[in-house]
Amino acid sequence: MSRNGAAVVLRERSDASGVAMTTNSSEQTPAIEARNLVKTYRGDVHAVDDLSFAVQPGTIFGLLGPNGAGKSTTVKILTTLSRPDSGEARITGIDVLREPDRVRHVIGCVAQRSGVDLEATARENLTLQGRVYGLGGAELKSRVAELLERFGLTTAADRVASGYSGGMQRRLDIAMGLIHRPRVLFLDEPTTGLDPEVRADTWREISRLATDEGLTILLTTHYLEEADHLAQNLAIVDHGRIVARGTPDQLKGELHGDSIQIELSEISDSGSVQNAIERLGIVRELMVEGRTVRARVDSSATAIPAVLAALDGAGLPVASVLVSRPSLDDVYLRHTGRSFSEADTEGVR
Amino acid sequence: MTTTITHSWYMMQRQLRNLARQPAYIAFTIVSPAIYLLLFGALFKKVVDLPGFGADSYINFLTPGIVVMSALYSAGWSGMGVIQDLDRGVLDRFLVSPASRSALIIGRLTQMAVVTIIQSVIIIGLGLLVGARFPDGGIGLLALVLSAVLLAAPFGALSCAAALMARKEESVIAAVNFVLLPLTFLSSVFMSETLMPHWMQKVALFNPVNWSVQAGREALSSNADWSVVCTHLGYLVIFALVCAWLATQAFRSYQRSA
Ligand SMILES: Nc1ncnc2c1ncn2[C@@H]1O[C@H](COP(=O)(O)OP(=O)(O)OP(=O)(O)O)[C@@H](O)[C@H]1O
Ligand SMILES: [Mg+2]
Repeated sequence: MSRNGAAVVLRERSDASGVAMTTNSSEQTPAIEARNLVKTYRGDVHAVDDLSFAVQPGTIFGLLGPNGAGKSTTVKILTTLSRPDSGEARITGIDVLREPDRVRHVIGCVAQRSGVDLEATARENLTLQGRVYGLGGAELKSRVAELLERFGLTTAADRVASGYSGGMQRRLDIAMGLIHRPRVLFLDEPTTGLDPEVRADTWREISRLATDEGLTILLTTHYLEEADHLAQNLAIVDHGRIVARGTPDQLKGELHGDSIQIELSEISDSGSVQNAIERLGIVRELMVEGRTVRARVDSSATAIPAVLAALDGAGLPVASVLVSRPSLDDVYLRHTGRSFSEADTEGVR
Repeated sequence: MTTTITHSWYMMQRQLRNLARQPAYIAFTIVSPAIYLLLFGALFKKVVDLPGFGADSYINFLTPGIVVMSALYSAGWSGMGVIQDLDRGVLDRFLVSPASRSALIIGRLTQMAVVTIIQSVIIIGLGLLVGARFPDGGIGLLALVLSAVLLAAPFGALSCAAALMARKEESVIAAVNFVLLPLTFLSSVFMSETLMPHWMQKVALFNPVNWSVQAGREALSSNADWSVVCTHLGYLVIFALVCAWLATQAFRSYQRSA
């Protein structure tokens, strides 16, 4: 949007993989703020159970969780569609429960279920959506054309949407969510059911929205790699509760034990190898097997230089180093006690 | 207020455009009243000979009845459109946007009014074609169309409300079938009121379908009693307001359970 917005975003993005928010952003009003949200459906379903989080302007926040975790319910509450039993929420400082009308002008929402009017064309869908937000005339016309172009829908623009592929409908959904240039965008599983190529395109478009246009995005997803790839901060939700939060790297870093695997150039005495490394006091589960040395460390980033220096100092030349970082899957497993795919199938209703 | 009006206009446009893209719907709304008119016109042709029927040509009697009945049926099914919007996530999309809430209903009701007017004109034309005559036509025909629209509005609203509450096509279909047919036969759409069993006459007094037929027929009769017409139209207006209120309540309840 504004040049200013973009500048702030760039600053925040540069520390996306770092540890904390910059002081700069923590002073701002969060773009999205949820406090102690609770929503229970009939039949005693605790869809959302005391959920709190905040999203800084211009960042992408991921809500990650299996089927039935409460992601969509959270999105519905934040987008004014549904009311929580208790708790509060603010979008750019505006109270969602007290001033839903004002919130609706600020947000764009791409629901999990497509909202495309299948009897209408892409152009008609976008035009009506724009009008509802008070746009009109030449401005709306050019905005519609711009979005059609950007989402690769120009050639299909005047065909009825029922003939569109799943990917085209999804892109139209996202385009509709953007028509009024919202400041905060909610994307509920934007790439579920898309083939990998289309998914990659969609990812590119989503990151572009945050970096170039300064949008704040809340994204829910089933895909660990999607959250890892797009979100600067994320929360893992399970049974309506947040079980872990942080940057993807922080979460992965919490798992004590990156595994490192070092290949030595030549076979050497395993005793001296163990000696050299154990003295550092930073590795666990050290294992030497021929030329291969395996170990688990708290953080490979600090451990590897030290281990390499120690081996070098002991006159043990190293041929290669392999680090495997724990995946978000491991994080999920640790926090919920279930593997992700297990939870996902179990959650299917 | 102006937002409600402009948004209602947009919503109405959307629905009319979508309807226009469904040739099957168009064919159905034109063909079925035509069939009723011809079929029942032939079947009951002789009933005018019954003593006390009170009309001299059955087709004259039937045409306003079919106009009203068709309005009732189109309106009754309008909830199916709501279900479709609901299933396709279109309704939720509008609900998270600043779209005027009332416009979502008013848009549908005005769309229905337009459909009803077009349908009524077609039926009246068909009636004239097969021999109906309305010598004092003009204003009487206008009143007939108005009474059809005023019947379509409340039943359209009720149908939308039922759709928002039930949220399943099957339930709406069942409810509509359960309500429309009895209401049609407990009115003077096909049969003169004077020839109905006594209890039916009593029931018909409270039947909005009957109000609408009575208003339309009275307005077309050669020395129309306009106070009768206006009273019935008045009932319909009140009924429409109640139903519109119910529809907004149904909307609220839908949003609460979202
Ligand atoms: N309208 C509703 N009425 C009753 N129960 C509901 C409703 N919506 C959701 N639920 C229940 O609330 C729980 C959370 O659902 P929600 O849709 O928020 O999960 P989700 O994380 O979005 O799952 P998914 O990944 O499948 O989309 C589930 O158990 C679901 O069955
Ligand atoms: Mg969901």
